[in-house]
Amino acid sequence: MFRSRLRLLALALRGHWGWRTTLTVAGIALGVALGFAVLLVNRAAVNELAAGVRALAGEADLQVHGGRQGFDARLFADIARLAGVALASPVLELEVGLASGGTLRLVGLDPLRAARIQPALFGEDPGRRLELMRPDTVLLSAAAADLAPHGTLAIVAGLEVVELRVAGVLPASSLRGIAALADIATAQWRLGRLDQLNRIDLRLAPGADREALRARIAAMLPPGAHVSAVDAVEESSANLSRAYRVNLNVLALVALFTGGFMVFSAQALEAARRRGEHALLRVLGLERRALARLVLAEAAALGVAGSALGIALGYALARFAVGTIGADLGAGLFRGVRPEVPFPAALAALYFSAGVAIALVGAWLPAFDAARVPPAQALRAGDVERMFERTVAVLPGAALLATGALLAQLPPVAGLPIAGYAAIGCLLVGGIALMPWLAASGFARLPLARRPALALAAAQLRGAPGQATVCLAAIVASFSLVCAMAIMVASFRDSVDRWLDAVLPADLYFRTTHAGESAWIEPEFEAQVRALPQIGRAEFIRSQRVILDPARPAVALLARDGAAGARYPLVGRTYERRDHDPPPAWISEAVQDARGWRAGDRIELPLAGRNHSFVVAGIWRDYARQHGAIVIEREVYVALTGDRRANDAALWLAPGATPDAAERALRALPGGSLLEVAGPGEIRAVSLAIFDRTFAVTYALEAVAVLVGLFGLSSSIGAIVLARRREFGMLRHVGMTRAQIGEMLAAEGGLLATVGVAAGLVLGAAVSLVLVFVVNRQSFGWSMDLHAPWALLAGLAAGLVALAALVAWVSGREATGIGPVRAVREDW
Amino acid sequence: MKRRAFLALPLAALPLAARAGALAYPEVAPGYRLEFPRDHGAHPAFRLEWWYVTGWLDAAGEPLGFQVTFFRVRPDFVTDNPSAFVPRQIVVAHAALADPRKGRLAHDERAARAALGLAGAEEGTTRVWVDDWRMTREGDAWRASIAARAFAFDLAFAATRAPMPNGEAGYSRKGTQPQEASYYYSVPQLRVAGTLERGRGRETVRGLAWYDHEWSSRYMAPEAEGWDWTGVNLDDGGALMAFRMRARDGTTLYAGATLAGAGAAGRAFAPADVSFAPLRRWRSPRTGTEYPVAMRVRVGAREWLLEPLMDDQELDARSSTGTIYWEGAVRASEAGRAAGRGYLELTGYWRPMRL
Repeated sequence: MFRSRLRLLALALRGHWGWRTTLTVAGIALGVALGFAVLLVNRAAVNELAAGVRALAGEADLQVHGGRQGFDARLFADIARLAGVALASPVLELEVGLASGGTLRLVGLDPLRAARIQPALFGEDPGRRLELMRPDTVLLSAAAADLAPHGTLAIVAGLEVVELRVAGVLPASSLRGIAALADIATAQWRLGRLDQLNRIDLRLAPGADREALRARIAAMLPPGAHVSAVDAVEESSANLSRAYRVNLNVLALVALFTGGFMVFSAQALEAARRRGEHALLRVLGLERRALARLVLAEAAALGVAGSALGIALGYALARFAVGTIGADLGAGLFRGVRPEVPFPAALAALYFSAGVAIALVGAWLPAFDAARVPPAQALRAGDVERMFERTVAVLPGAALLATGALLAQLPPVAGLPIAGYAAIGCLLVGGIALMPWLAASGFARLPLARRPALALAAAQLRGAPGQATVCLAAIVASFSLVCAMAIMVASFRDSVDRWLDAVLPADLYFRTTHAGESAWIEPEFEAQVRALPQIGRAEFIRSQRVILDPARPAVALLARDGAAGARYPLVGRTYERRDHDPPPAWISEAVQDARGWRAGDRIELPLAGRNHSFVVAGIWRDYARQHGAIVIEREVYVALTGDRRANDAALWLAPGATPDAAERALRALPGGSLLEVAGPGEIRAVSLAIFDRTFAVTYALEAVAVLVGLFGLSSSIGAIVLARRREFGMLRHVGMTRAQIGEMLAAEGGLLATVGVAAGLVLGAAVSLVLVFVVNRQSFGWSMDLHAPWALLAGLAAGLVALAALVAWVSGREATGIGPVRAVREDW
Repeated sequence: MKRRAFLALPLAALPLAARAGALAYPEVAPGYRLEFPRDHGAHPAFRLEWWYVTGWLDAAGEPLGFQVTFFRVRPDFVTDNPSAFVPRQIVVAHAALADPRKGRLAHDERAARAALGLAGAEEGTTRVWVDDWRMTREGDAWRASIAARAFAFDLAFAATRAPMPNGEAGYSRKGTQPQEASYYYSVPQLRVAGTLERGRGRETVRGLAWYDHEWSSRYMAPEAEGWDWTGVNLDDGGALMAFRMRARDGTTLYAGATLAGAGAAGRAFAPADVSFAPLRRWRSPRTGTEYPVAMRVRVGAREWLLEPLMDDQELDARSSTGTIYWEGAVRASEAGRAAGRGYLELTGYWRPMRL
């Protein structure tokens, strides 16, 4: 019995294997491949981050962190002497600029102590511990080996270049990323951070109470420094890129969803087309359940083929992506890291099963129908419509839409816009579920045109909305996603564009921060700049980094000359400072979201090891620093910290001076050659280029979603048209020409697509609202203004309608290729 | 004269005056007058220095061997760096316990730069420490407090006699060149009392120990491969120290010895009066290295046989110092009768010491 059924299945598949089957398999494969590839890339990125933290933390139990500002080195000695601390290893770690351009993570440590807590560092050659203790000596990571071709590494410290001797290159397993090790004394001296550290790795004595010791150390730390368990550190480093990675995963799910939908529509129409055939099998003695199983088995076979292909393709894609553009997919989050892409068998099995499951779900309705319908009825022409009867319900779709709208109001879960993503899912599924109803009620009101071909097209849509529904849903699914993405990206890009206008008011900018955390401008240099005849006015900025919450990445602190707050694009309510208020601080939206601070709130900021009060004077929009930024007045900063250094400056030219002349004058100053100088136009162009590169993956996934949607559209239209060959034979008998039939089909396809595109536009606009105002805000702390790319949307809509008409027309040519007599006889 | 095994690596990594701007160490020369307690303290200008105690413990009738060594190394660079972390002196400590029931050594080590008071070696009297490991002089006794991974001890070593200078009044030659030498004295016959923990609670122990203190700037002749050294507390209250530097072909490059009677000053012996002859070799199953763990040592007209407490007293320090050597407790017999207990050190058998 089982074998005979298998034979039947083989026969069924062999008999029907054609371009539609190929499309179905390709659709499943594409969906599975995308989902799997993005998953692999993300896992590689997270593993790499975690491995990096673990390699550096080694066997440490606790870590003390002081951010960029760091803390007094004497604290290290105090902590090292605590009972219960078996070993303390001091670290000063900064992103330092290279004279050749770019930056490198310089890790200053005590090799003797670090070797005991991170055995991997010197495991291969213990002698290097002593070599590294020599003055001005570094060991490079494998990824940084090319940065010092002549055995010296030239770093930028302040506005000077310091040459460090390269004693060797560490294996990739010892030190990851673009990094170098130096002795703690070398790092302190050469980075101008004498007597300072910004990290201490601690190993506890056996039996020591970690929590009690953590609390005891926490009490010793100045504001701005934190002590945490290493696993928490690992987590917070993964948080750096989490929102971005979750976004990618969701995009991959969208691709899988669209692919799944396409499979569903292809299956449904295929089953509809073969109703007669299935009825025949029933007549020949196949039982109901056996028939249902046969249909499902067919779908499963396609699912298995497509999923297997998809897993292989996804793995290849992930390897290719990581190998060529890195684990951050071009977003610049992890530099110099080329992680391995292992093949996770369990996850592969999961994605494989998902692909097969989607194929089965797509075939469920047709299989159920094939088994249910009495064979005699199914064998009659025109019965296909019945299959879709039960799908014309309003309530589930409307309920889903309402749920989506509600979910969009919810706050983030664990810093991620989970509810927002769920809202998008509800909106999409709800909108698509409403399509049968929309088709039925919409087409019923369609007026009959005078031209016979058009009149017939309208009549067909009115009479058989069920078939049309499947096409319609495919169009809506893909077009709504395209619209949503297009509106979101356009809004974002437009907002960034306008934001750049607002934050770049000066004529010329220079900065040292391109050289990481090791470069700065001394007050003498600042005075020289202000004295240049080409410079009318100058505002200097000192940038620092403060840790407000050890579980979250550090926040940028910008101390700016003059009326600091006026230089940033404020949003929402501002606070008018009163007489006895502490000095003002302007916080970016990301800080507002993370801390819940509002204008007028009093806040404490850790500066130079002490907490100082500020009042939030306003909230500003910032696209540059995802983890947040706080602006304060530089006078206040200098008074509180005594730190007169600066990093960046905005310059207004003196009357008659040109930017070129000003730049030349700047470069001629001692150390000026190490500055990065740029005009606002250049900064804007570079920023937008970075924006586009970051969204390159989004664009690519979007394009694939469209592609999958178009596959679905053409295969479903083709299927419908082919299923109506008998009807075309009849129409030819009553005198219609092939051209008229073609016109009729083109009109049907065009009408369908128009309705679908319109619905997709509405649905897509709704989804884009969620993306813009919920997902982006909650993921990245970015608010933006809605901006619809009308021309692009109109072009896409016209293209889709034209494509639908074209596919219908081409399929019609194929279907009417056989003679009318044979076409009509097929029924008997 | 020993613990240089531990120093093999630092010396290799810090070649003497090899670089421009390297600092000049003082040379060891004859004529120096040892003074105490001053010379119990550190001599930070010299390149290397160690304080070293070996001995036998009696833990409720069970014999155990132990050794604890503190090294001070002065790197050869010159720098203007004002950081408090500049490693101008490095302190390394090493401790091992030889327990015949375990059949092999338990050992552990510490290393740190002398910075922020967490490690250091003071002048004036013995006071040297790395984190919570320390060796100090308190009154007429030394005290060592060590908490290793597998054991911990806190032992006091009470002197029963005056220090015994080795070589010419403390000027101890190591090679054919007069600068290849150290300042070196020993304090044998130390009475040990203290506590030991080795995973079975705190035990009160007693025993007999040997203290060495040695400092130098040029320790090993370039042609030397390694050395054999022994220090034995003789049962009659006397003391025997003997060493030989071996050339690459295994022959003796230089040798020396000091022999003292109970309470008497020591007598130094010239190279020709000292010889080491292997009696039995033991092959390490871990490294394949062969060590002459039993030796016949001749000093002048007298001859002792050295037999180890247990064969496997090999110390694998590759992961920390890059070398492997044998350093273990031995029994000495003379003319077939038990004559004393001490320590034997065998270096350069795994690979030539790179000094």
